[in-house]
Amino acid sequence: MNPADLKYAKTHEWVSLAGDVATVGISAFAIEALTDLVFMELPVVGKQVEPEQPMCEVESVKAVSDVYAPVAGEVIEVNESLPDNLEVLGTDPYGEGWIAKIRLAAGAGTDHLLDHAAYEKQCAEEG
Amino acid sequence: MADTLHRTPLYDWHVAHGGRMVDFAGWEMPVQYASIVEEHQATRTAVGLFDISHMGRLLIDGPDAGAFIDRLVTRRILDMNPGQVRYALVCNADGGVLDDVLVYQVTLPDGDLSGYGMVVNASNRDKIVGWMAQQRGDFDVTVNDATHEYAMISVQGPRAIEMLDGLAECELTAMRYYYGNMTKLCDCRVFFSRTGYTGEDGGEIICDAGSAVYIWERLIAKAAELGGGPVGLAARDTLRLEAGMPLYGHELSEEINPVQAGLDFAVNLRNREFIGRDAIATLQRDDSLPVRVGLQLDGKRPAREGAAILRDDEVVGEVTSGTFSPTFGRPIAMGFVKPTAAAPGTMLEVDIRGSRHAAQVAPLPFYQRGQ
Repeated sequence: MNPADLKYAKTHEWVSLAGDVATVGISAFAIEALTDLVFMELPVVGKQVEPEQPMCEVESVKAVSDVYAPVAGEVIEVNESLPDNLEVLGTDPYGEGWIAKIRLAAGAGTDHLLDHAAYEKQCAEEG
Repeated sequence: MADTLHRTPLYDWHVAHGGRMVDFAGWEMPVQYASIVEEHQATRTAVGLFDISHMGRLLIDGPDAGAFIDRLVTRRILDMNPGQVRYALVCNADGGVLDDVLVYQVTLPDGDLSGYGMVVNASNRDKIVGWMAQQRGDFDVTVNDATHEYAMISVQGPRAIEMLDGLAECELTAMRYYYGNMTKLCDCRVFFSRTGYTGEDGGEIICDAGSAVYIWERLIAKAAELGGGPVGLAARDTLRLEAGMPLYGHELSEEINPVQAGLDFAVNLRNREFIGRDAIATLQRDDSLPVRVGLQLDGKRPAREGAAILRDDEVVGEVTSGTFSPTFGRPIAMGFVKPTAAAPGTMLEVDIRGSRHAAQVAPLPFYQRGQ
């Protein structure tokens, strides 16, 4: 997936929308900032998630970090192979590094998310 | 960050070289430059350079300097050899640990005893300086907090001494472990000691603040030739944890005594008086207090500070430090548990944010060089 075509949460998750299913992952900027990832706990399939609420956890040598749900809906699929291949988060964060697919709740959308340009600006400000 | 944070003489270098600066005990310090694991491995296999200028450096002089320190710390100071360094604890009257420190018997090259030095944790510097003022009494001693006059660089790893030897005036390979001396390094006057906090061979350099960047850049260039480089505080923590070394505020505090912490080697009660001695002597016979253990976990998920340690659904202790060990490729931790749960091999569980994981008591240290 081309990062320019994705939408982003301020908390560094990316979203790719196809119909009413959002594929979700963590941005390259966030992966770079976390460094040395050692563990990921995937969300549970069937879980109802809300924007800005923790969806699952990723852990580096240094610390544990929450991954936030960027959209409202139900987790319908997770990337089962990811926890044993965390390096793909670094090599292919917008492809093989996807974390979960979320079916949007009725009336839910992605308008609250940042486009690529706005997200890049935020990252530049965070340094 | 608040503008009241202290900066070491190497601050600008860290920022210019990708150091991620964090507030550590009131100092803006590099937590990492790039990958913590790579910095860790470089130290284990070649050489790592650490800016540890945030550590407190106290100069203790006067006719009673030795006797004064001897009264403050858990080991004998008056019998130290010229140039010797000792790890010891400063305790309160209840035996609680105020700080863990290195005491340096500093002897000038002409053989005249010039006094003592003490390196204390950054987080405890003000407390220890205040404690010394409070305990000074009739001792004829002066305590000078010289932290900001000097910088401190740690050079650690299997190739550290060989690397430094080419830059130093004296032959460092001949220096014994836990000894130090004034020498010249990169043509600058420094105090060098064969000490460290990583479990590797190596040493620590104390130099004038004004020489720090010059020395550091030369060390960086030499280290790069050997596959080493700068190491931040995050890898310093993973290295010391593998080496089973306590960190004040985690495995040591005023609520923990040296015996529980397993630091009997750093306590000498025989024929001497020091603050906390009687309390420690009593505590040595108390087998009800939690004791420090190592834990190794399966899988990849580290148990962090504060995680409960359980046996058969009963809480028997708490994790004080935990990380993912780059050397062993698995999570390791230290914590305090009931003595009945402390034997190496004991199978326990840790509660990591609501889920239970098996944890086995492991002998400390996890890592010993030369294996």
